[in-house]
Amino acid sequence: MSVYNQPRRRVIQMIFLGMILIIGTRLFWLQVIEKKYAKLADANAVLRKVVYPSRGIILDRKGRSILSNDALYDLVVTPANIKKIDTAYLCEILQINHEEYLKRLTGAIVKNGRVRPSVFAPLLQPAVFGRLQESMFLFQPGFELVQRQIRSYPYAAAANFLGYIAEIPPDLLKKPEYADYNQGDYMGLTGLERTYQKELMGQRGIQYLVKDNLNRTQGSYEKGEFDTAAIAGKNLRLSLDIDLQMFGEKLMKGKIGSVVALDPKTGGILAMVSGPSFDPNLLTGPFRNANFSRLFTDTTKPLLNRAIQATYPPGSTFKPMTAMVALDEGVITPSFGYPCTGAYYGCNRPIKCEHHDAGHAANLRLALAHSCNAYFSHVYRLSVDAQKFGGIKVGGMHKWWDYMSSFGLGHRIGVDIPSESRGTLPDTSYFNKRYNGSWNSCTNVFLGIGQGELTLTPLQMANEMCIISNRGYFFIPHFVDKIDGDNSDVLNKFKEKHVVARLADTTFGAVIRGMQDVIEAGTGVAARIDGITMGGKTGTAENYAIVNGERTKLKNHSIFVAFAPVENPKICIAVVVENAGFGATYAAPIASFMIEKYLNDTIAAKRQPLVDKMINTVTISPAMLQKSKLDSLNRIQVSTAAADAKARPKTL
Amino acid sequence: MNRQNAKLTSGIDWSIVGLYMALVIIGILCIFAAEHREGDPLWYNIIHVNKSFSKQIMWFGISMVLATGIWLTDSKFFTATANLFYAFGILLLLVVIGIGRDVNGSHSWLVIGGFQFQPAEFTKICTNLALAKYLSLLETDFKKLRPRLIAAAIALVPAVIIIAQKETGLALVYFSFFLVMYREGLPGVLLVIAFSAVVLVLSALLVENKQILFVVFTVITLLVVYFMRRQIRRKRSLLVLIVAIWAFCSAFVVVVVPYAFTKVLKDYQVKRIYVMLGKDDDPKATYNTRQSMIAIGSGGLLGKGYLKGTQTRYDFVPEQSTDFIFCTIGEDFGFLGCIIFLGIYVALLLRIITVAERQRSTFSRVYAYGVASIIFFHLFINVAMTIGLAPVIGIPLPLVSYGGSSMMTFTILIFIMLRLDADRQMVLR
Repeated sequence: MSVYNQPRRRVIQMIFLGMILIIGTRLFWLQVIEKKYAKLADANAVLRKVVYPSRGIILDRKGRSILSNDALYDLVVTPANIKKIDTAYLCEILQINHEEYLKRLTGAIVKNGRVRPSVFAPLLQPAVFGRLQESMFLFQPGFELVQRQIRSYPYAAAANFLGYIAEIPPDLLKKPEYADYNQGDYMGLTGLERTYQKELMGQRGIQYLVKDNLNRTQGSYEKGEFDTAAIAGKNLRLSLDIDLQMFGEKLMKGKIGSVVALDPKTGGILAMVSGPSFDPNLLTGPFRNANFSRLFTDTTKPLLNRAIQATYPPGSTFKPMTAMVALDEGVITPSFGYPCTGAYYGCNRPIKCEHHDAGHAANLRLALAHSCNAYFSHVYRLSVDAQKFGGIKVGGMHKWWDYMSSFGLGHRIGVDIPSESRGTLPDTSYFNKRYNGSWNSCTNVFLGIGQGELTLTPLQMANEMCIISNRGYFFIPHFVDKIDGDNSDVLNKFKEKHVVARLADTTFGAVIRGMQDVIEAGTGVAARIDGITMGGKTGTAENYAIVNGERTKLKNHSIFVAFAPVENPKICIAVVVENAGFGATYAAPIASFMIEKYLNDTIAAKRQPLVDKMINTVTISPAMLQKSKLDSLNRIQVSTAAADAKARPKTL
Repeated sequence: MNRQNAKLTSGIDWSIVGLYMALVIIGILCIFAAEHREGDPLWYNIIHVNKSFSKQIMWFGISMVLATGIWLTDSKFFTATANLFYAFGILLLLVVIGIGRDVNGSHSWLVIGGFQFQPAEFTKICTNLALAKYLSLLETDFKKLRPRLIAAAIALVPAVIIIAQKETGLALVYFSFFLVMYREGLPGVLLVIAFSAVVLVLSALLVENKQILFVVFTVITLLVVYFMRRQIRRKRSLLVLIVAIWAFCSAFVVVVVPYAFTKVLKDYQVKRIYVMLGKDDDPKATYNTRQSMIAIGSGGLLGKGYLKGTQTRYDFVPEQSTDFIFCTIGEDFGFLGCIIFLGIYVALLLRIITVAERQRSTFSRVYAYGVASIIFFHLFINVAMTIGLAPVIGIPLPLVSYGGSSMMTFTILIFIMLRLDADRQMVLR
């Protein structure tokens, strides 16, 4: 066989040699005959210019651009190319001294080496750029002006969720998923800029330009045969209404807290305000670093997006959810009543109620309208203690936790900006651990009225309103409705309908009518708008802080949640004003103005003075306002807040 | 001591070991060059533990341990366990589909104790052993159809699983076993058919208008029928065959190729193929090839000198220490360097063929041809893609590219062959 196959050995050898010969021929052509490639690599003859694509812009629901691009210039130095230049003149234009010049040059060499370009003076002011451009030929080829796009926020609003871009941090650069990035590339670090970095960024291109002996570019090399075109980033279209957003930011001036408005039909976010806010343009351009450290150290923490990062006990605004769980489990019906006489006596400690007249909790609708504590304490205990789940410790608590979890509580709801808080949602094992196994529905009866170990972000509160106004379902709240020219499935998760309760229409009707009564004649009357049917619920959340080592009760958080119009809900809203008092005083009017603005596009003339008054109200304590300028004290404040957060689950 | 050494290393083919060492050392030097930045102090890179260069040295050390282990193993072990290894390899490939990790879009990596490992590399050895085992069985008569089909199945089953792992590049390597089968008696006409198939695929891709292809096929068929009319008159079945081929080609162009391009291959692979054929201008797909051609082309006749290349530094060429390592050779050492480098490979390949032909047992011969075919396939596709002759499919340059899996696989492949060769007087079954 071996002998028979001798020619085959030759054939295989010929195949090997033949293919290698093809490669050799190609190499000969590529390396010896063709000169184009050699020239391309020659930095003295051909300039390789990286073309940065323009970053995608962000548009609101009416197509107005709320985040777009401006061009600024960097002065870039390549130390190895510096010829004899008039250093003094350059320093004069840049308004630096010679020492600073040498310092920056050394810095550049240390950072990137002699032959690679480094930024010498970033984001030149227009005046400096003008002077520099005129005399640039004096400093070339060591120095070059490189155009760079910066982000600009035409409406100077929505800083909390649009986010900003900055140089890619070194620790990210090491990760394999960022292998495409080079040092000094810009990327979104927070907000939508971060979440949609991939879509917004686009694709870098390369341009080859022929240079003459004086290093001036003379047009493209080989008619652009080797160029790679840059592809612009994709534009994002948001569900946001920038008018509403700006109006909300105005209303929240001088207050700490947040406003979240959602479109219940889509889960699209109409406005997300976090007070106090700041002008996002502060974080672009030449003064970025100084501004950032100022904002970062401010006592009022403007960089914190309270709408998704701060969590609050929901207080009475939670009562509709308690009712919904009990209705869905079938432990009560809308006609269920409770003989409240001013307090709930079912557990050791009486839980006080604002009302004591007979019949104020004769059915669900009345109980909701009067926000009866006794009624909802009782209903909560009925649902967790229900026999069909084997009691609270076996399955009742777990079932309740399941419901809350499906409502989006206790975990990140999945909004399309980073750093969302989970909120807190205690479960069976939490109570087992905390009370060594000896606990019952009285131990955590406060959960039924939205106090205790339960905390929600304002976004989660607004989403609760979506569930109620939609009668049992919600979409994950999100900003981006559409990405131009994108066929990927990035947005698919926002189109999925989450059904969390399957109740008869009339059953939901009872909850909704109760909430409508709150606005018509109850605690939420301050939110009433002529001609708009609205359902809502006020809440007042107690809160504590450790001041000078002692647990002190602070002024209550003012909370209000609402949806409108009742028949065909178009807006769901949650408002939290920290340490401001009753829900009805601040949060309800703010929510009401927002709803009116969104549904009617303007505020009725007779309500305008009320709006102005609200805008000018300051609820931040004077002490804090004063401290807000002092950076050294801010650090003390941060640690107290941390202690406060730790202490919170143990209170109540 | 000398006595002992003489015993231990007797029968080893030093020329192959020498070529092997030469390639590994060139590889380590190139990886060092690809990572080196002008201005970096030399000693800093040399002692730096986290660089690919130093990791490659570590992989080489591990490979040497493996090689020693293989050298100390009895030859019969490999024939005895060939099928077991094959079964184990297939199992491993299936496991990866279940619990593998995605790296750069391919689902073919296992993570064991912090190390990433690609079973698709390892199964090359298993498949080669199993194929050798099957062809060396006494009852295998490779002139019949059935054994041929079984042999093809042994080679292609791993390939199919690897395609499912989205690692098409490595799967293609398994086609190199057909060269081995050709040596063992697969009709040469099959090679011709394979070549025609490639031409067919290319024409299907390059010609937009399928009707023109159809007309061309028909014209060719009619011409063939015209020139062969005498033979056809004598043997009617010939006409049927010709018409069948004509029908197959037409259907292939219109149905099979479009299907493969939309369903089987991944988007980026389709793009790369189109780029190679000059049909697509997508910047991302052309970027790699273009940059690597610039790097190699700029090397000129004599190259820029070691560590002097400008293109393979500064990250112009992507994947420069793995799949595109040839760029460093092209740029730093120029055309002459490339020719010498390719010469080392050719010497290795021809030496392996010589070694293969001197085997007494079919097992050893088939195995050695398998080694040569795999190395050749890797070499040709890898180098061809860096100079724009083949689409960018990520397969490494044997023994030179950075990567532990690849280095160990080729070391094992070669040293099993050396072990078999040392025992060539023995007839293995």
